[in-house]
Amino acid sequence: MGRQLRMFLVTMRGSARDLSPIFLVVAFFQLIVLGQPIPDFGNLLVGALLVMVGLTLFVMGLELGLFPIGETMAHDFAQKGSVFWLLVFGFALGFGTTVAEPALIAVADEASRVAAASEFIAADADSMASYANGLRLSVALSVGLAIMVGVLRIIKGWPLHWLIISGYLAVVIMTSFAPKEIIGIAYDSGGVTTSTITVPLVAALGVGLAASIKGRNPVVDGFGLIAFASLTPMFFVMAYGIALS
Amino acid sequence: MSIQALLAMLGQTLIDVVPIAAVLIGFQVLILRRRIPDLGRVLLGFVYVIVGLSLFLQGLEQALFPLGKLMAAQLTDPAFIASSASNLINSVRWQDYLWVYVFAFMIGFATTIAEPSLIAVSMKAEDVSGGAINSTGLRLSVALGVAVGIALGTWRIVIGAPLQNFIIAGYVVVIIQTIFAPRIIIALAYDSGGVTTSTVTVPLVAALGLGLASNVPGRSPMLDGFGLIAFASVFPIIAVLAYAQIIDWWSRRARRFNTALDDTA
Repeated sequence: MGRQLRMFLVTMRGSARDLSPIFLVVAFFQLIVLGQPIPDFGNLLVGALLVMVGLTLFVMGLELGLFPIGETMAHDFAQKGSVFWLLVFGFALGFGTTVAEPALIAVADEASRVAAASEFIAADADSMASYANGLRLSVALSVGLAIMVGVLRIIKGWPLHWLIISGYLAVVIMTSFAPKEIIGIAYDSGGVTTSTITVPLVAALGVGLAASIKGRNPVVDGFGLIAFASLTPMFFVMAYGIALS
Repeated sequence: MSIQALLAMLGQTLIDVVPIAAVLIGFQVLILRRRIPDLGRVLLGFVYVIVGLSLFLQGLEQALFPLGKLMAAQLTDPAFIASSASNLINSVRWQDYLWVYVFAFMIGFATTIAEPSLIAVSMKAEDVSGGAINSTGLRLSVALGVAVGIALGTWRIVIGAPLQNFIIAGYVVVIIQTIFAPRIIIALAYDSGGVTTSTVTVPLVAALGLGLASNVPGRSPMLDGFGLIAFASVFPIIAVLAYAQIIDWWSRRARRFNTALDDTA
């Protein structure tokens, strides 16, 4: 318990350092630029404390739980030697963690309101819900595929930049065909897909996999899964938009 | 502080974790069938992650988001813009929104430094590269990239230029940098685009975009409010590649300098 406590205090100092810029920026704008007092200071202080303790626990949990499980499973899959199951696992991890992602649900709902207001779809609850669901499924499917292809890339040792650059080109070409209403959402969807719990898991999975396969470098080959997961949704959301129009 | 809100947040986080846990446990039990070493420690880690994330989000909801969103609304309010505008004609002058760009830059930087997923990835990167990649340097360059990206993104909303021109230009820069950047950084740089925009950044940045698009004359929140997150995902890639290029250039120059010294000696 003493070791945990010491780890907590050390991590806490890092969290305080990481969070200080936010509080400085907010205080600067509130007090100096806008010239207003800080409303409900006590509440703000409690909130700041929660944020700090929360971040500290999260970082400790990364080292204890998320990183080891990602790496252990990557290692076990590599030992088992079944590429098929590894790919299924990659797809399930990508799809499963994205389809229920709250940030994505929020963006999809917002997007359905935008689409209805600009008369891209009918403005009734049914077609809005089906549009939001369609968006969510396209993004989740694309993240599942992304992790799958990313895992395959680590196994085969394909250079990442060729895949990503061709992905960018595909996105650029799609942009000229996609309806104007969907472009902003498609571009944004790339950024919101990867949640705070998925990212460390996927990073550990990639690094663990690259470390277990002979001839792969954990830094050069292990990273890049998240890059795939933020690229493919743009493509799929635009494809969904094209299919609808 | 309300305990109920905290419990509700804990419940929400638990629900978010269910699909992840289901996939992990499912594959562990059905396919891998191997014991996880130190299972107790791993489970404790999961408890820390879930409780920590709940406290973190609840604290943000309670303290930071209301204030930040209020600020975004006030800074983009026509009354505030008019008070700092030099002349009161009805047309939009992008210069009048100077404080908005400064806010966008600073809040982009500050929220990125606090972003838990970026902390995770940079910790891992420093760890597996044996210290060749510095976690603080990586995070600072990502934060700088997000700051520039969001500031530029708000400027785009004010002037009303098409989003894709900026993003596609950003990709072209990334492609050119990829040719010249050291190989070790490329995957990490691409990854950093996706991890920057997460729990802390998205709500504040979305509020800023929405406030701007609804208040700048001639912009619609529907069409112009989106896109800031896209900016925040492309510019960090450029920044991280540039960071590695500068370090690389610097160490090569130092090496050249040393060899030159050795030659004269």
